[in-house]
Parts: sequence; structure tokens; C-alpha cells
Amino acid sequence: MGTWNEFLQNEGTPPEWPYPVKFGEETEIEADVVVLGGGIAGCWAAISAARNGARVVIMDKGDIRRSGSGGPGCDHWCNVPANPHSRVDPDEWANDEMNTLGDFSNGIGIEIQCREDFDTLLEMEQMGGKIRDTNDDFLGVEGRYDDTKFMFSPRYSVDGRLAPAEGWGVPGYNPPEQRKNTVIRVWGTTFKPALKKECLKLGVKVLDRVMATSVLNEGGKQGARVVGATGINVRTGEFVIVKAPTVIISAAGLGFLYTLDTEHGGISTMHSRNECGDATVMAWKAGAKITMMEGSSPSRFSGGLKHKWYTGGADASYENVALVDADNNVLPAPKQSWEDGGVMFSPNAKVIADLREGIKEGKYKLPFFADFAGMKPEEAHATWDLMLSEESTTKVMIDTMEADGFDKYQDQILNYTFIEMQPSQQYRDAGSGGGIMTDWDLMSNVEGLYAAGGSMFSPQDHSYCAATGRYAGRKAAAFAKKTTAGEICRAQVDAEKERCLAPTKNATGMDWKELNFGINRVMQYFASEHKNETLLNMGLEEIDRIEKNAVPQLSATDPHKLMRALEDLCILDSAKIVMNAMKERRTTSMKLRIEREDFPETDPEEEKHYLAQYLKDGELHFERIPIRYWGDLKEQYEAHNQDYTGVYDYGKEE
Amino acid sequence: MSKVYAMPNVATPSTPVKIDPEKCIGCNTCVNTCQIDVFMPNPEKGKPPIILHPDECWYCGCCHLDCPTPGALLFNWPLPLKPRWRRKETGVISQTR
Repeated sequence: MGTWNEFLQNEGTPPEWPYPVKFGEETEIEADVVVLGGGIAGCWAAISAARNGARVVIMDKGDIRRSGSGGPGCDHWCNVPANPHSRVDPDEWANDEMNTLGDFSNGIGIEIQCREDFDTLLEMEQMGGKIRDTNDDFLGVEGRYDDTKFMFSPRYSVDGRLAPAEGWGVPGYNPPEQRKNTVIRVWGTTFKPALKKECLKLGVKVLDRVMATSVLNEGGKQGARVVGATGINVRTGEFVIVKAPTVIISAAGLGFLYTLDTEHGGISTMHSRNECGDATVMAWKAGAKITMMEGSSPSRFSGGLKHKWYTGGADASYENVALVDADNNVLPAPKQSWEDGGVMFSPNAKVIADLREGIKEGKYKLPFFADFAGMKPEEAHATWDLMLSEESTTKVMIDTMEADGFDKYQDQILNYTFIEMQPSQQYRDAGSGGGIMTDWDLMSNVEGLYAAGGSMFSPQDHSYCAATGRYAGRKAAAFAKKTTAGEICRAQVDAEKERCLAPTKNATGMDWKELNFGINRVMQYFASEHKNETLLNMGLEEIDRIEKNAVPQLSATDPHKLMRALEDLCILDSAKIVMNAMKERRTTSMKLRIEREDFPETDPEEEKHYLAQYLKDGELHFERIPIRYWGDLKEQYEAHNQDYTGVYDYGKEE
Repeated sequence: MSKVYAMPNVATPSTPVKIDPEKCIGCNTCVNTCQIDVFMPNPEKGKPPIILHPDECWYCGCCHLDCPTPGALLFNWPLPLKPRWRRKETGVISQTR
């Protein structure tokens, strides 16, 4: 027996729901800080707030031991220029990084990461995370320092770019004495369990399997200071109310707006279904300013192993692994190695065009392979047993392949570029880089409402989430100390509870998948590559129709299906947010990857601003905020963090 | 022959992991560690969990990472997702089972 169908076949009856069902019941808790989303940012926020004396509650749809995109692991601690082997000043690196990422990056987050990432990493080690080669498993690997046992990655060893710079691959291009050393290889599978353990040790109240559903404002008024948050248990359906003067949103960004692919490959993208935009939607409904929702990224279709290794099997630019053709000729493609400054193959159109031309001319023979067997053995060992074994979601793949006979010293992995049906990159998938706007304390325009990690606009990677979470926790705890909790508005709670439980009132009706597919189709038709006002208006009208006609039919017969149904409602609101932002951004922009047929002028100077949107009394408002509104990174960081003392005094037994 | 029931189509993929009932100790670590509740505990205590939501699996592997019994829970890549590799010396192509 293994599957539900087998159970039914054997028992003649389906299994009963395994948890007590408590639709309608509620529980109320008080705290100083409530953290919504217990991934990397959320756990760090909870720990740091607790270390700063706050009573903390954290809730997550999963179990915070492994929840979130960083739950399974992390192989690179990026942007850590404050480490002892770094050859670059943290403020300088933050500015470089911001320039590399472009006008619409998030300077506040990057500066926090560059300044505090090394402190955060040392604390990770104190909690039990493995950050150095303490067992000498990787002696002789390039980038390893024998004194500290830190292992550096070639990534971004020249600058922050993903595409290769002039001269890459030429001998002497990136000599050891010039490398910036800003990315440390880590054993990230050890991180999340250690973070949960620390939360519990510090007395954080952990609400596993509770999905955050809303932020509560004083008097139930949009934009008023926060007084708490609500959630619903995804196994029991019990409704949870947390009264608190500060709320940190650290839930994930937006996914599944354009595609939901549950068949043939499971949910085979870079993210789990849990990532469905609830962070942005909760903040938006509470009156917070959100931005960057109109920016598009390449469509994330699943195929081959793309969701596992960046673009995955179709790329095979696994760190330091050369790409070879069918006859074992090494291809002129960067391989995230020291010779090319750690840049990737896939984002470079010229490299791809040259290879394609070479195939046509018979110079390169398909298929291509990632040549583990051609590597120095110690480097193959490091890429396979450190990088790929510790990266989020790849450990299981390593183990499975090894169990079936793969040998990193003798084998080459098939690459799917040019042999798999692969459309040219389409910038369709909007909203995933959008998020909450904050000040230097990571507080939004709503008093007491903070953002961290993937909830911020233009967010970055694992260590960015860790550093900003840790920072937001510290700031929220300080704010909670100097304020008193406001009263919760019962009418707001009742309305939210009714909204959340509505799908349970329909014994039959529309299931969550059909609603998700319906929203996807609207986005695919009306908010695709080519946009104009007519199409976007048609899309918004379609979403209105779905809200009026389909949403009342939404049916959830158990708490799990209720979670998915409520996620659909977040995706629905996200569709509105995204299409309204696209409409309001009246320009074509290469930086935002928007093509407006009715506004063909590309990136005019007057459109260089963040387009923020927010709700006030239920009405949608827009505001244009200058890019780099945060001022000078160094000056502002220092002005806002005079009390920061570095690594927390830790390890003393109470 | 066992009874034939009228059943809807099976969600595909149906079996993202394979659990060895001989090795599984029924501790439900995988049930609790899965981000998205792919599993539910078996109504019979001590028995392997039931795969309830296979179509929501995103192959993060946390169940495999945290399983305390070696070999009890093995990954089962869906047919279209199986990786392939070539032995450099012989040119022989292999694939996960």
C-alpha cells in the first residue's frame, strides 16, 4: 500500500481525514511580533526579534523545520563581502551589485545583505549550521582556505553579472589574487532544522501548518496601524487570531499566475505551490504600498529537469563543469568557473547563437553533455557532493542517480539544450519580482507592518532572505517595545473568517485547480507578451466575471483543499494587481520586460520610477516613487543602525 | 481477483516516492516534514504513510532528507523527468530506474 487509490482498492473505502476538523472554531494569541511565513526570512526574523526581547509568534503553511524555498537546502551564501577573505568593501559591493541588477533593484535589501550577511552566517554556525569544511572533505579544491576552512565559489568573483564579460575564458582573466571572494559555499541542508530548533529554544510560539490569511488594522481601516493578523490551520481548519503591534510579512512571492502544471511532472517549477502571492496580497489589502508588479520574467514551463538545476538539464552549467558535444569537444560556453568569473551559460544570447550556428555548420555535434568525467577529481567531488548535494531540492536527485549507478568520476549528464522542444525565452510571467515597499527599517507605509525576504520588492536569494529577516526582526522588536498593542476590530475578524470559510460551505462546486487554470488562461490571453490597454481591460473584466461567477462556487471539502482555494483567491487578487500595474505603466521597457503596443517608446526618462499601488477605503491608488529613493546606501545604513553591534552575544546558557 | 471498483483517473504522477513497507517504521517524519502535505498518516499506527496529494509534489526531497531509516523512502521520478547520463569511456547511456 502506498497511494490513496491503493488504499481504496484494499479497504473498499477512502481513508477518513486524519486530523480533527474544526471549521468555525477559533483561538486567540497575544504577542509583540507576529511573523507571517516561516521560511528562511521568517525564521530569522522570529529568532532575531526573540533575541531582542520580544514575545514572538510565527506561522507557516508547512512545518518550519523544512518549509519555504530554502527549506531543503542552500549551497551558496551570496553577497557576503564582509568576510575575512573578501577583496571588496561591503558598501562598494552593494553599489556594484545594485548597478549590475539595474534601476529597479532594491538597494535597501542589498545593503543590508552586504553589511550583515557575514554576521548572519556566523550566527548560523553558532546555531548548528555547517558553513566550513571542518572535516577536511574537500582538501585541494580551488577556493578553499586552509586557515578558516571557508570554501569560496567562483560565482561573481569578478562582478555581479550572470552573463560573461569581455575576455572571459582567456588565461589569466580571473587570477586568484584578484578574486572578490563574495560567495561562500555552505552546507545548507543543515540550516532549516537548526533555525527551528533555535526558535523553540528561544520560546518562539511556532504555529506549524497555519496559513496566514490577513493583516488586521486598527479599527479595521485600510492603512491604519497594524493590530495583529489572522491565519487558518491547513489540517484542522481552525481559525487563528494573533493580537500584536507589529507584523512581519515574510511569505513567498507570486507563482502560478500564468501556469499551473500538476500533471505529468507534478508541480515542476522552481517553487512549490505554497508560493502564490499571499504576502503581497495581504499587505495590499492592509493598505501597504506594493511595487514592481508589472515587471515580467521568463515563463517558467517545466520540462526535463529544468526546475532542479536552474534551467537544469537544459543548461548543465553546474559550477565548474564543462559542456562537451557528442564527440567530447569542449564547447565555448561559460561554466560558472574561475576562468569565466562564475558566469552562467544560459543568460547569454550570443553564446547560445554561436552554438546554434556551430551545430548547423557541423562544428558541434548533438547532443551535449555536462562533462563530470572530464573534471579534476577533487573539483567533481566538490560540485557533486557539496554544491549539488546542498543546493535546494537537489540532494534527492544526487542520491537517486547514485543509487542507479551514476559515477561523477566516469559519467556525463545529458544536456537538453537544442534537443528539447524549447521556445525562445518569453517574458510573460509577471509579478514574481514584485513586493512590499519599505523604509530603512523595513517597515512599510502602514505603521507596524514590516517586510522581509521574498515579500520585499525585487528580492534576491537565500542569504538575502536570512539577512533581511534578521534585520526586520530586530527593528520590529525595537518598535514593539516603544508602542502598545491596539485593539482588534471584531468586525474585520468576522469578515475575514467568513471569507476564509466560504468554500467549505459548498459541498460541491468548482475545485481549486479549475479556478487556478481559469485565472491562468486570462493571463495567458490578455497579459501576455504584447500588451495594450484594450487587452488589459478585457483581462480585468474577465477577472471580475470570475470573481462574480466562479468564486462563489469554489468548494473545499477538507482543510487542505481550503488552503489551495484560499491561495487561488490570492492569485486572483494578484491578477488584478498585475494587470492594473501593467495598464498604469504606460511605456515599453526593456528593464521591466514590458512591451506595450500602444506605448512603443522604450524606457523614456520620465518613466524611470517605481510604480507603487495601494488601497485606501477600497479604492486603488497609484504613486510614482523615484528610483533609488533610499539615498546613499552607506550613509543611510549607518544612520539607521547606530545601535547595531554585530553578531548577537550568543551561546550563554540561561 | 480483487473487487473491481469504478474509479476516476489517477492523478499523474501518482507515486512521487516509493516506501518500502519492510523498512518503514511508520514514524511519520515524512508526513510532518513535507512542505505541502503530500502524505497523510496511515490510519493503522506504525504503518507507512499514504500518498494523498501526489500531484502537488514539487520534488524538493525533504521527506528523503529527513527519513531516519536508510532505504525506507526512495524517490520515484515521474517518467518524463528521469535524468540520463553517458559513461564517457563506453558511450553507454543510462537512466534512473
